[in-house]
Formats: sequence, C-alpha cells, structure tokens
Amino acid sequence: MSSEQPEQPRQQIYDSTAPSTDTRDSRIGEGADDRFNSKLREAFGSTPFILTKFDKFMNWVRGNSMFMLQFGIACCSIEMMHTYAIKHDLDRFGAGVPRASPRQADVMIVPGTIVSKFGPRMKRVYDQMPEPKFVVGMGSCTISGGPFQEGYNVVKGAEEIIPIDIHVPGCPPRPEALVYGIAKLQERIRNGESTPVVVKPYELEKFGDLPKDELVQKLADDIDEDDLVMRYNWADSP
Amino acid sequence: MSTGLERQPAVEVTEDELEAIVGDRALARDDHLNAPGFVIRPDDVQDVLKDLRDEAGFDHLANLTAQEYPDRYESIYHLRKYADPTQEVSVVVPTTTDEPVSQTAEPVFRTADWHEREAFDLVGIDYEGHPDPRRILLPETWQGHPLSRDYDQEKPQLVTLTEHANPIQPDHHDDESDTMFLNIGPHHPATHGVLHIETVLDGETVVDVDPDIGYLHRCEEQMCQQGTYRHQIMPYPDRWDYVSAGLLNEWAYARVAEDLADIDVPEYAQVIRTMGAELSRIASHMLALATFALDVYGDFTAIFQYGMRDREVVQDILEDLTGQRLMFNYFRLGGVAWDLPEPREEFIEKTRDFLDGLPAKVDEYNDLLTANEIFQIRTHDTGILEPEVAKQYGCTGPVARGSGIDYDLRRDDPYGYYENLEWDVVTKDGCDNYSRVLVRMQEVEESAKIIEQCLDLLEDWPEDERTVQSNVPRTLKPDADTEIYRAVEGAKGELGIYIRADGTDKPGRFKIRSPCFHNLSALPEMAEGEYIPDMIASLGSLDIVLGEVDR
Ligand code: SF4
Repeated sequence: MSSEQPEQPRQQIYDSTAPSTDTRDSRIGEGADDRFNSKLREAFGSTPFILTKFDKFMNWVRGNSMFMLQFGIACCSIEMMHTYAIKHDLDRFGAGVPRASPRQADVMIVPGTIVSKFGPRMKRVYDQMPEPKFVVGMGSCTISGGPFQEGYNVVKGAEEIIPIDIHVPGCPPRPEALVYGIAKLQERIRNGESTPVVVKPYELEKFGDLPKDELVQKLADDIDEDDLVMRYNWADSP
Repeated sequence: MSTGLERQPAVEVTEDELEAIVGDRALARDDHLNAPGFVIRPDDVQDVLKDLRDEAGFDHLANLTAQEYPDRYESIYHLRKYADPTQEVSVVVPTTTDEPVSQTAEPVFRTADWHEREAFDLVGIDYEGHPDPRRILLPETWQGHPLSRDYDQEKPQLVTLTEHANPIQPDHHDDESDTMFLNIGPHHPATHGVLHIETVLDGETVVDVDPDIGYLHRCEEQMCQQGTYRHQIMPYPDRWDYVSAGLLNEWAYARVAEDLADIDVPEYAQVIRTMGAELSRIASHMLALATFALDVYGDFTAIFQYGMRDREVVQDILEDLTGQRLMFNYFRLGGVAWDLPEPREEFIEKTRDFLDGLPAKVDEYNDLLTANEIFQIRTHDTGILEPEVAKQYGCTGPVARGSGIDYDLRRDDPYGYYENLEWDVVTKDGCDNYSRVLVRMQEVEESAKIIEQCLDLLEDWPEDERTVQSNVPRTLKPDADTEIYRAVEGAKGELGIYIRADGTDKPGRFKIRSPCFHNLSALPEMAEGEYIPDMIASLGSLDIVLGEVDR
C-alpha cells in the first residue's frame, strides 16, 4: 500500500538539498540549541579550511587515538585490567583499545617487574611496535625494581631496557593514577614532546660482537656467534 | 562443620610404625615442628619414598626444599596424605658439599621432576637419574646457583634470545612424524601473564607441550630470607598470587610464623581473617571465570566485564577493610592490623548488600556460561585430568577438587575460624575443564556463606573483647634449627611455606610451596592428544598466576 504513495515524508528528506539545519529545525522546532554542529561552523565561518602546521595536527590526532598493547606482566597488570574495564573505562579518554599484537599498537604500558629472562623479550616486543611509539611505566617495579630491587634476577627498572615516557609510581598504582598518567602522556604527545633517555639501556647484541671476557669465553661453546644476547652488568645497576 | 562424614578416614600411622617402615635406612632423626623427620642416605631416596607411599599411604609429595648448610647440602621431601593432611613426615637427604649428588625421586612422584629442577637451578644439587636435568626458572646460560652460600650477585650475566624456527617450516620430531613447532608466549594474551609454552603440533592436535617458566622469577624466597619475621616479610606474600588473593597468601605466612614462634591469635581477629580471606577468594575466582570466558570464546564484552564489575565491588569492600585495593598487607603476626572500619554498621551493611546481590549474579553467570551450549561443547570432556594423575603431580585446590579429590585444608587441617562455621567442600568428579569451572563457581557461593556467618559474629561480638592483635615482641628470634612446614588453602590450592630458623631475626631458609607450580606441571597430561584450542582452555581452567608459579 505504501508503494502507491510517492510523496512519503522520509523520501522528501532524502531528496532534499536544503541545508541540514533546516531539517533539524523542522524536526525539533526553531530556535533549538546548536548542540549538533554549529559551533565549529560558526568558528570557521563559511570556509571549510583551517590553517595549522601538519605535524601539530598529527600530534593532536595521535594523542587522541592511542592503541594500547595488551601486555600483562605482573601484579600491576591486574590493576591495568581494571583500568580498561568498567568503572574506570580508559576508553573514555581516547586510549583504550587493547591490541594483542605489537605491530598494531602505539602505546605500551609496562605493568610489572622485569626479570633477566624477560628483558630480551620485552626489548623485542618494543622493537616490533611501529614508530611513533610511547611507553608508560606502571608501578615501582618499572622505576627501580620496586620491592624486589635487591633480587639477583630483577632488572632495576624498565628504563634499563627501553626508554620510558611516563612513570606512574605506586605498588600498584590505583587505576585513577594510571588514567592520570595516560592523560599526561596524551598531553605530551599533543605538545610533540619525545622521550628523554636517561640511562644507556641494555641492548640486544650478537654474541660474537661482545668483548671476549671471562664470561663470554665460558659460554663460547654453548652459544652461536650470531645469537642475540643481552648482557646484564649487575654491578653497574643503581 | 563441613562434610567430614562421607570421607574415609585415613589410617593413622604411628611414629613407631614409621620407624619400622624406614628401618635401618634411617641414619638419624631430624624432627620438624610439624612432622617426624628421617635422615637417609642419598642413594636410598626412591626406596624410602616408595615404601612410605605404598605401605604408609603418604601419597602427596607436598614440597621439596633444598638448602645449603656450611658443611652440607640438604633436600627435604615433605610428604603428607591426600586423605588426611595432618599426617606428615619429612625425609631429609643430606649430601656432601664437594659432590652434591642425590638420587632422583621422579619415578616415585612425578611432581619431583620440576621440584628437582628448581633445586638444581637455585641451590645447585644434582639429582642422579633425573629425566630432564635443565634449569627451570633462570635462563639456561646463567652462571652459579643464587641461593647457594657463595653466590656473587654482582657478577654479570648473559641471557640469550633464541630465535625460533619459522613455524611454517616443518619440525620433524622424528623421521616418521610430520609435525610443526608452535611457540606460544611469553607475550601472549592466552597465557595469563608471561608463560612460554613450546608446543609441537600434528595438524591441529597437540603432540607435545613443554611449559617454559621463569619469566617472572622475582627472587621471592631471597627477599623473604632478607626480611625480619615481624614486619618485613608480610608484604611479599601479597605479591605471589596477586589476583587479589592477597589475604589468603598473607595467612600462609601468618600461620607458619605463628606456629614457629608460638604466637596466639585472638578469636576476634581469626573471624576477621576468615572473612577477609573468603572475600579474597571470591575476587580471585571471579577473575578466573572472567578470563576463562575470554580464553574459551573471546568474550571480552559480557562475562569478562561482568566479572570485573563484581571484582570492583569486592575490592571496594576490601579497601574499606584494609586500606589498599590489591596489596593489602593487613595481617600481622598475632592478629590483623586494625579493626573493622568505622562506622561499623555501614561496613557490615555494605558487605551484606554485596552478598545479597550475589545469588542473582551467580545465576547470571550460570546462564551465560555453564548453561551455554557453546561453552559446554568446548569444555565437556576436554582437558581430562584423572585423580591418580593429579595426585602424582601434587595438584591441589579447585584443580584437584574438579577431579574428585576431596582435599581442602580449610576442613582437613583446620585453622582460623573455619571449624566453627557451616559450609561445604565442593567437589566434582568430571575431571574435565567444565568441572573445574563449576567447582570455582560453587566455591564462590560457599565463600559467601562463610562471610555471612562471620558478619553475624562480628556484629554481635562483645564490645570489650574486640582485640585485634595479641602481644607480640618487637623482634622475633625463634630458636636455631627449628624447622616447620605449614600450609593454608589458598585460592589456587595448598599454599605452603617451609621455614628454617637460624637463631637470628631473619629466616635461614624460606621456601614457598606454590599450588600453581604443581597445577601447571600437569598441563602436558591434560593437553597432549587434544586440539590446540582445548589446550588453551585447559590452561585457562588451571587458573595459574605466574607470580606464584615463578615466585
Ligand atoms: S610495582 Fe608492586 S604491584 Fe606493581 S608489579 Fe611491582 S610489585 Fe607488583
């Protein structure tokens, strides 16, 4: 029956070339507030162009759409999960899509203690992330080793291995603190600031390139020249 | 009281009978506070353990502690019975410092496999005849044994990053097979942290699984050996099983230290402890359910978020009680840090509100999860763990109870206030992934029952008897050479601690018996021959926490 009525109201709206404000007025009455789109319109006048530096624009975009790496290490990751989940809901800040693969992530939250065996792996994951990339260190462990600082196997802070943009202290930091840290990171990204590296990090090196000291000689039979290794000089760690 | 009635009471073995069984293989006696101890020669290990298992019924190798004295190495096998964990015996095996070689116990108890690897790794004892003598927690290339006496922590160490072969290339296990190698983790969403699983696949079927652990080995034992009994150790247990199960872990340390130093705990504090511990258990099981749903069918939007929602409430309550969301540090030797928060009525009402809402939530989980057809198809009859196998691997907690082993230390080796409350131990005999989930789900309800009774008690407790701590000296110095092993029922199972006092205010040796360590070691039994998604489900149903596996 409806097909016999060509003049449907809906069809009129589809066919109309009148500006959408008219549609709005006709829908909700004249003089309604400008919530829908006019603020920007008013600011720009009739030109649809704004002038800004391209990298400034890019920084703004970057800061507002960050993909996090889904990366759980230790106790802090429990609070990190709570930050992603309901109640704290990191997504509200344009920064909450956890990505399982480092190839798709922009930000890595390091939530926990780094031990010797995991150091090279973390370095590898960090290297796999595309530029530009940012790191939030969560918890005391990523600052100094935290409660485990004196452990024989514990790296004294994540910065010994990768550069870190924002440190969030606490053991563990509350979700609110992490949200604050991430908001700070966004602010830095928008301002185009990049990481100062404060220590010379442990690097992955080919075993063959290491200086031939006692330790290297001892392991020479077990490790292939081309294998990647990380050398921890515990005595130099803070 | 719990359902003690239908259990078969284990036959009591007296000390004389034990002496008769060990016979003249016993070189001396070395009794621990919790159990009689027999010193035996390093080449009698298998014989003695076998006789103790078959003739006296000690079928649970709860723990293996290795330590170095100035003049010798020592391995201690802590045995108890699944049927009655209050019956314990320790077998002490000393070896010389120059040649620390001892016979392996692996043929008698499968779980000795990982234990002895750990003892070799950290202390440096060799086990003769061990099927797989590799390091387990530290990297293969590590130099020295960190818990031995002359270890120098300042020495540099090298760690390799082995590139694994391209997984698309075939990995011929032997000439016949046409298999492929797959590397899962250590950074992988399904491994619940930093676990590395080396799998070999034939098509989609798992042929071989080898969990590679140690990516979170934070030297917990060393840290505890450096801390004083009274205050400095208590914060660490929170960080073993960090899934909000903190209070349960703190209790493990509180229990062992209180028994070691002979400290009384006021009854009122025991009730608060019991309530707090069960709240922790609920929080922990909620996370287990939430992540299991995530593992099994990627449900990030409903069940995972619901689980998190309920955990938030529990964490709020615990925060009111303890002052922290996750790392509570609330227990003290001889009690708890402080009384319930004021106004007390408000706290009690808030907790009651949560408990009142719980049945509806549990129903919701049941609708979403256990009654869900997809879920049932995925979890029924997969990841089978027979009770006998579970015992061989020393499995405890919901994993054992899902295999029909009726073993719960809260009832069988009572502590706290559990004895005086009405509740049941949940067991299921399906032995599969589904049973393990059901056990957790119903344990949440049982915990709620316990909390409710505790709240009633706390509400009506006489005002002038609300003592939260007994008088404990500032410095504790238990007598030298007292040794003790004690365990509590943590969220994942039997969480035990062995302490040897050396006369100072710090432990001489502090060894943690982690339930997850044992449960994870059973993964190959559950996963081999199954499809790979079922292996992931089995791993999820074990509910491991790497902080506790690696310690
Ligand atoms: S900072 Fe504290 S809570 Fe976070 S990982 Fe380290 S020990 Fe755990």
